[in-house]
Amino acid sequence: MPANRFNGFTDYGVGIGLRVPHYQHILSRKPVVDWFEIISENYMIDGGRPLQVLDQILDQYRVVQHGVSMYFGSAEKLNREHLRRLKALVKRTKTPWLSDHLCWGSVDGRYTHDLLPMPYTFEAARITAAKIRQVQDCVEVPVAVENVSSYAEFHLSEMTEWEFLNEVAEGADCGILLDVNNIYVSSRNHSFDPYDYVNSVPAERVAQIHIAGHSKYQKYILDTHDHPVIDPVWKLYERALQRVGPTATLLEWDDNIPSFDEVHGEALKATRFLAAAATAALAQAI
Amino acid sequence: MKLVTLQRRMARAVMTPLTRTERMRPRTAAGGSMRAEAATFIKPNDRLTSFERLEIYNRQYWFRLLSSMIEDFAGLQAVLGSERFEQLCYAYLTDCPSRSFTLRNLGSQLTTWLKKHPRWLGAQPVLALDMCRLEWAHIEAFDGPEAPALAPEDLAEPGRPDFRLHLQPHLQLLSLQYPVDDLALAINDSAGDNSAAASNAVGERRKQRRVQAVARMKPRPIFLAVYRLENSVYYRRLQREEYALLAAVRRGLPLERCLVSAFRGSAMPAEDRPAAIEEWFHNLSLLGLFCRQPEDPDLRP
Ligand SMILES: [Fe+2]
Repeated sequence: MPANRFNGFTDYGVGIGLRVPHYQHILSRKPVVDWFEIISENYMIDGGRPLQVLDQILDQYRVVQHGVSMYFGSAEKLNREHLRRLKALVKRTKTPWLSDHLCWGSVDGRYTHDLLPMPYTFEAARITAAKIRQVQDCVEVPVAVENVSSYAEFHLSEMTEWEFLNEVAEGADCGILLDVNNIYVSSRNHSFDPYDYVNSVPAERVAQIHIAGHSKYQKYILDTHDHPVIDPVWKLYERALQRVGPTATLLEWDDNIPSFDEVHGEALKATRFLAAAATAALAQAI
Repeated sequence: MKLVTLQRRMARAVMTPLTRTERMRPRTAAGGSMRAEAATFIKPNDRLTSFERLEIYNRQYWFRLLSSMIEDFAGLQAVLGSERFEQLCYAYLTDCPSRSFTLRNLGSQLTTWLKKHPRWLGAQPVLALDMCRLEWAHIEAFDGPEAPALAPEDLAEPGRPDFRLHLQPHLQLLSLQYPVDDLALAINDSAGDNSAAASNAVGERRKQRRVQAVARMKPRPIFLAVYRLENSVYYRRLQREEYALLAAVRRGLPLERCLVSAFRGSAMPAEDRPAAIEEWFHNLSLLGLFCRQPEDPDLRP
């Protein structure tokens, strides 16, 4: 949704991920970019160049934080040190909302550094929602939870992934970062209709959308963020926008990163869909 | 099965080292069948078995961690050779799995672990350990805390007997046996040449030649400061006495005792010492390496 309580009532357009190979270009050429998404953990450090670059970016651009290791879905307690550093970074960036994934990745204090899939159970939904609430209370900005790509399903699951997402978002009263590429990847890996997913998302909770490319293997698809967005994902994005309205959209490109202009150009393809969604929303309002 | 039980079982499988051909092992660490283990919690689909689905995560885990180790310890990898280094990483990360939310800390236990498991240090154990310590020091210096520097005039404080100095938390002091500072820079350079033009094999051979040249040297004491200045990391060779002085400052000794410590067993003629001290203090304070006492506990090294 444009400007809702889950994205701090902002109205951001198309952004891209801030990545090291583009630092130089951005700082020297100062391209016009609506907003940047940063990986929070890369800046949860004590000093040095990454923070200096971040401060320079913050002087000129709007920045939103995206985390990769809070692991809302891990059964263990939240990591206090992680939370403390996240809160400090939120103060620095003044991010209007922040996001992390609907997944787990650590157990008994050991970290896998991966986004591992959840079993879709009521117990898991309860634990996950409680942890999102704790983070939200601590950082004092809205938190959006992002659906991940997955390559495995569990016998334990009691519901579909989208039912689980609803259950968690409802329980935590949090926002959703809807990753349409992840929906597409998982739909191919687990043989479901991606439109069933997009059509079931609680539209009023969507704070932000991710688009990305992926890699196709013989028997599965891997979410690699190293290619342009494919047509079926743009179509899914279009459908998502019909439901949620023009929403802050971010292109993820994390591997084999091409030039800044190429990445930004790919992201800006979203503009056309956003404009159509805005027109539709306006027509409906009238 | 409760959530925590599922996560323990899956994490155990995911963190099991891969086979030599980078596949998931057929046996669990406890000796059971990995196929049977995977089937207890993961559903198969029409294209992949439970084992194959779990294997995607098992491989992803190791590829991510190994590439992070290679990035952080490229010098150690060059000293040991790629294959031995990879086996070392499997052994180290099995003993010391990540306990941090960030991969930045993945190698934090490596030096300590290697001292306890010297068989992984290869034919040149002292050189390998020196390189490992330098590379970890580099990581600490790169993004470690920085406290407000002391101005040179702050150092002119009258010589109270308990006057103490403090060092920047990002400054790392190393006592080494091999010039791994030069070697690390040379290895980085050849990595650069390599991506520009020559093939992998050429770059690899060039690295090996550089490692061999250093390995043939006779070990001799080298003292090094690794620190950050204007957000770049620098290596600076120190005189033995200068190193002893800084090590004493880091231990929190009063300045008077640091100076005694600096010249204990030193061959430097007494008449040369005042000028040497003056020069060290001048240079170190120009580099901003003395700071006020860090009040934030996080800033204390
Ligand atoms: Fe995403």
